[in-house]
Amino acid sequence: MKSDNKNPKNDKDKSTSALGRNSEFAPLYAARERIHPKRVWGMYRKFKWLAMGLLLGMYYIAPWLRWDRGPSAPDQAFLIDMPARRAYFLWIEIWPQEVYYFAGILIIAAFGLFLATALLGRVWCGFTCPQTVWTDLFIWVERIIEGDRSNRIRLDKAPWSVEKIRKRIVKHTIWLLISLFTGGAWIMFFTDAPTLVKDIINLNISGNIILFVGLFSGITYLLAGFAREQVCTYMCPWPRIQASMLDEDSLIVTYERWRGEPRAKPTRDADYDNRGHCIDCNNCVVVCPTGIDIRDGNQLECIGCGLCIDACNNVMDKINLPHGLITYDSVNRSNARAENKVVKYRLFRMRTILYSLLMLVSFVVMFYSLATRNHLEVNVLADRNPLFVTLKNGSIRNGYTFKILNKSTQPRKYILWVENLDGAAINAVGIDTLGNGEILSLSATADAVMAYRIYVKSPRKSLTGENTDYQFHLKEIDMVGEQEEVIYNAIFHGPKR
Amino acid sequence: MTDNNVHKDEITGIDTTGHVWDGIRELDNPLPRWWVYVFYACILYGVVYMVLYPSIPLGKTYYKGLQNYSERVNLENELIVAKQAKGEILTLIEKSSLSEIRGNDDLLNFSQAGGRTMFLENCAPCHGTGATGGPGYPNLADDSWLWGGDLDAIYQTIAHGVRWGNDEDSRYSEMPNFGTDEMLEPAEINQVAEFVLSLTNRAGDNDAAAAGKEIFMDNCESCHLPDGSGDKEQGAPALNDHIWLYGGKKDDILSQLNKSKHGQMPAWSARLDEATIKMLTVYVHSLGGGE
Repeated sequence: MKSDNKNPKNDKDKSTSALGRNSEFAPLYAARERIHPKRVWGMYRKFKWLAMGLLLGMYYIAPWLRWDRGPSAPDQAFLIDMPARRAYFLWIEIWPQEVYYFAGILIIAAFGLFLATALLGRVWCGFTCPQTVWTDLFIWVERIIEGDRSNRIRLDKAPWSVEKIRKRIVKHTIWLLISLFTGGAWIMFFTDAPTLVKDIINLNISGNIILFVGLFSGITYLLAGFAREQVCTYMCPWPRIQASMLDEDSLIVTYERWRGEPRAKPTRDADYDNRGHCIDCNNCVVVCPTGIDIRDGNQLECIGCGLCIDACNNVMDKINLPHGLITYDSVNRSNARAENKVVKYRLFRMRTILYSLLMLVSFVVMFYSLATRNHLEVNVLADRNPLFVTLKNGSIRNGYTFKILNKSTQPRKYILWVENLDGAAINAVGIDTLGNGEILSLSATADAVMAYRIYVKSPRKSLTGENTDYQFHLKEIDMVGEQEEVIYNAIFHGPKR
Repeated sequence: MTDNNVHKDEITGIDTTGHVWDGIRELDNPLPRWWVYVFYACILYGVVYMVLYPSIPLGKTYYKGLQNYSERVNLENELIVAKQAKGEILTLIEKSSLSEIRGNDDLLNFSQAGGRTMFLENCAPCHGTGATGGPGYPNLADDSWLWGGDLDAIYQTIAHGVRWGNDEDSRYSEMPNFGTDEMLEPAEINQVAEFVLSLTNRAGDNDAAAAGKEIFMDNCESCHLPDGSGDKEQGAPALNDHIWLYGGKKDDILSQLNKSKHGQMPAWSARLDEATIKMLTVYVHSLGGGE
């Protein structure tokens, strides 16, 4: 259990408690006491198992899904190909300069998280956060090897013996194996999964693989095996932020104080009319994965997993009292019940509407930009040394590195010409010009960047000064149907007038 | 500040260090355990490193370590690998003709990249990093060439240089010093200068220019040609364009007529290998003015 000084709110409540110690002089650092959550059955436990199964399933199966993209691209459905600088998500292929799509996904996810928190409290923390899922998995392993809470506490205190060493070795071996598979699965999103597994089986393992698998495995082992609830309490910023998403209508895990207090140990006559329903059995405390007492009220450490509700309901069943002494409900409804009233759950609130709207807007913006994005882009770098070259006949030449980004899966042919520069001629190193040098024929291979050295010559009379604005036009010529065209606004550098 | 001040802190139960500042005492907390372990690990790492790697100087030599590790040997090996990797394409460049190199995308790209590196190393001091030269040093990016701007002419110039005494095949020509050698009167020199200016429609004195035309035909036409378009066989610059090696103002032209300046360029075949010169040729040719 926790020391009193960790939570200032508690301190205020108990400033006159039997401890009598002023919080101002309490030590800043208290050694962590290992938390051994007790096993529990119930609805929320089932949700947790379900979420764990679903999420782990997604995590391990996703890299193995295939998606045919033709010969120019890999066929892995989810792949972030760092060396080739491409990311693939089903039918979407993202180039490095389109990384804002990632940002878009993260923004949508953030609003989704806000909305879920405003509606359902910390469901993310309690059920779906990787820290929760893996910690839960590790505790499950621990329970199978070392037994339930009391056995584990006894084993912790017991002196080293053959039995203790055996249990510890088995536990840590399984933990390490799970970690290894966690880290191993992570890198499958970054390379072709079947090839990688084949390579690993043939012991053809590169230093990179060892490094990254080791890194992610080590972190999994550390965070799920040892750090556990400390990650949520000390490392994660979300518990601090999420408070601003919650209001009196958000569903949170609450102890119904009006019903439970004054708490007392159960009596033989079982008359619960003149006392609180809490029998102080401590079951809600011992099942808590973060080791808090929910009866102290809503607090930072609570991840909203609902296991204390399961534990309490099981006890209520035994002493024939109704469920819901600890309940997953809003503060408003809980307060109303205290006064024997019933208040409806308010789904539509300013913040839930706002979060939904923001989520919708960012989704629409993302989807629109994704649906209408070009498969053709140009990057034009004007030469800076020299800025321009004067030619024999007095005309001026500018040089460019002209990059064509062909994001389609087909090779493409293009024509390039310039506008708003009278009498200008273009040519490229290694390419023959068409006509009088006004049009250049260029091409690009599938899913690739092609760089050309382009020279533009302009008669001096076409220039309006040191800088003349004009445009490059690049148009596809061999595609059936729609022919994409890109216009690039360029500046032609010339001498001072 | 003496050790006599050491006493047990009531609240924490920890001894103080004995240091007191304005009544504030410093707790003598032990170092964090993880920190101490990292410190020990660093010491251990240092010892292992000293055993495995070169570490102890021994007069003129040094303890080489059990790993026999040497940064110099590593570098040499890396250079060998790099050389082998480049060797194939360099051989291909050496064997191919210049027009073959320019026609092949791979060779062209390699030559442009390699040529640029070699240009910056060897040529940039005179011709500039952008190859635009300066007064007395030709601009290689424009389309005006003293000795020709096709691949073969550029190759010839790079390989054998200009006015380079140590190379028999070096390009050579000299313009007479019409003034200092008293070949022309100062007035005549002025007239020729006006005529040269008139080739680009800049003559200030049309009568002098007309008189200068006659003198030009007698003295200059054989190299610079009647229309002033120059002769690349002799390295005679065109006088009817906008490119001037030593400046295009009247004073510059007068100075060149009076006592001419001549540049020199080394014959690079003595310093660079065949493949490098070919890469430089292709690079210079691709700067925009290649013919």
